Amino acid sequence: MEIQVEDLTKSFGSTVVLDHIELKIREGEFLGLLGPSGSGKTTLLRVLAGLDWPEQGRVLFDGEDILDVPLEQRPVGLVFQHYALFPHMRVFDNVAFGLEVLPRRRRPPKQEIADRVDRLLELVQLEGLADRFPGQLSGGQRQRVALARTLAIEPQLLLLDEPFGALDAKVRIELRRWLRELHDSMGITTVFVTHDQEEALDLADRVAVMNEGHIEQIGTPSQIYEKPKTSFIYDFLGEANKFDCEVEDGVARVGNKALPVGRKMRDGPAVAYVRPHDVVLRRTDDRSRSDDAVLPGEATVRFVSSLGPKAWVELSYEGQLVEAEITREDLAELELSRGKHCRLQLRLPHIFPKQRS
Amino acid sequence: MAVEAIGKRMSAAPPVSAPVRLPLTEPEAVRWVLTGAALAFLLFFLVLPFVVVFTEALAKGVGVYVAAITEPDALAAIELTLLTAAVAVPLNLVFGVAAAWAITKFEFHGKSLLITLIDLPFSVSPVISGMVFILLFGLQGWFGPWLAAHGIRIVFAVPGIILATLFVTLPFVARELIPLMQQQGTIQEEAARMLRASGWKTFLRVTLPSIKWGLLYGVVLCTGRAIGEFGAVSVISGHISGLTNTMPLHVEVLYNDYDFAAAFAVASLLTLLALVTLIIRTTLEWRAGIGNWTAEP
Repeated sequence: MEIQVEDLTKSFGSTVVLDHIELKIREGEFLGLLGPSGSGKTTLLRVLAGLDWPEQGRVLFDGEDILDVPLEQRPVGLVFQHYALFPHMRVFDNVAFGLEVLPRRRRPPKQEIADRVDRLLELVQLEGLADRFPGQLSGGQRQRVALARTLAIEPQLLLLDEPFGALDAKVRIELRRWLRELHDSMGITTVFVTHDQEEALDLADRVAVMNEGHIEQIGTPSQIYEKPKTSFIYDFLGEANKFDCEVEDGVARVGNKALPVGRKMRDGPAVAYVRPHDVVLRRTDDRSRSDDAVLPGEATVRFVSSLGPKAWVELSYEGQLVEAEITREDLAELELSRGKHCRLQLRLPHIFPKQRS
Repeated sequence: MAVEAIGKRMSAAPPVSAPVRLPLTEPEAVRWVLTGAALAFLLFFLVLPFVVVFTEALAKGVGVYVAAITEPDALAAIELTLLTAAVAVPLNLVFGVAAAWAITKFEFHGKSLLITLIDLPFSVSPVISGMVFILLFGLQGWFGPWLAAHGIRIVFAVPGIILATLFVTLPFVARELIPLMQQQGTIQEEAARMLRASGWKTFLRVTLPSIKWGLLYGVVLCTGRAIGEFGAVSVISGHISGLTNTMPLHVEVLYNDYDFAAAFAVASLLTLLALVTLIIRTTLEWRAGIGNWTAEP
């Protein structure tokens, strides 16, 4: 099913939680809504589900406005953040619930319900646990019961609220892959909400980054990561070093490089954002040519920690903290330790206008 | 009971070998004094009166006891008491569930007013509750003349007693359920709605099962109070032996007539009812505790 959200606006009291949202979700797409808490992503999900109503705007399912359609008539399934399984029902009854509560004339016969529940439990790899209570399951198992329970009503739009939020790291990654495969085999249009950028970028076909009730950018994970439109997105997606610079005539001067920034940005103070793994460290006597922006002067190493294949170096440059992630080999070659000096080069700096705070 | 539990925990606390002292354990002497004081208090104020009721009831022999509880006035009192409870408890059950459901699952204006109103019978003296009904339905009351004209008797009759009991026991079920349902929130209901269950089916299959122990507990407390209520009923009943005397009122009448053996005999029945209530209550608490392991953490 294709979903179109137009001019959606909602506020709780004086707080605007959805601020003229425009969003198009394609048929069969796996879309991630990414944002910090309070950015409105869960509210948007609840509006799609029918648990919340906007003050303004339209939501179209395959071209049909569904805001006036009561939630039990919407072809939508929602998996809640903490699963909201019914604790007094066995796994079987939890999954069968959506079928058991159908009006008699639309309810499948008992045997058919049982068969469908069995098939769903097989699908989520929980065969043999039908007689357990939710309290006797692990977090990952509960999540899969919640998913099976929602799939039982055969939704055309599947909504997942922080689907991996309550799981520990290892289970989270396993379930992530599994869920992606499940989606690819079933092809249900799916929207999931998360505050974990890695999860969103890893899992989704497209990611919509939300901030303060509006969508800052929507695009494929690589578009979002490589070409973030705003400094908020850049900051939100990972660690960032910030270097002050100046923009003049559409060109930002960073170190020894002049970087074109396009006509849109006005002249004035700007900030160059650089990821720690894009900070390159050089010996002070290394004068070899480079395509990277070389910063004048030297930085002083303040802290080195080496874990696994990567090393984390904290430096002080012109009174500011710079974090760099380099390989172990580079660390050994540079012979860096506390108090030593080195030069900084910046790979792929992103220039954003300076925020007035 | 609480004292017993604490005692058990204390004796069970040190592990097998080394006499480890828990950081929260008091010296032995203090423990004995505190436990002893609590036990003595219990003995004096709970066990002793209990024993007295039964010894006094049987003081003149089993024959007198049986006669006292089978004479017509006593039987009428028992019957009236049970009838009152049988009407008041189900009504309060429905009201309590409806009120708790409304208060905890929905947002509406006047919600805090409703909560305050539900608590009113707790804060008003039962005697005043009884008088309110006399003022409303008595011959000189607001609706008195109209009722009299239509031949409906409320004051000094069974309907009045039931009304007064209803009023006094109003908060029990709702008060038991509100904190429980507040704690559970609305997420289960939302989940059921998302699975396209109707409001009624959501209530029956999701809400009700998750509150059943609390609900039963509230009903038991409500029943206990409905059977034992004295003040409000005393004002409105008119003390007509064999007609409008409930068991507590009957006990008072017998006692005032210096018929101590009979008074204590009927009182012992009330005590037994209280005991049964207590046993059901304890069982429920135990069951509810057992039930918790199926609940999500």
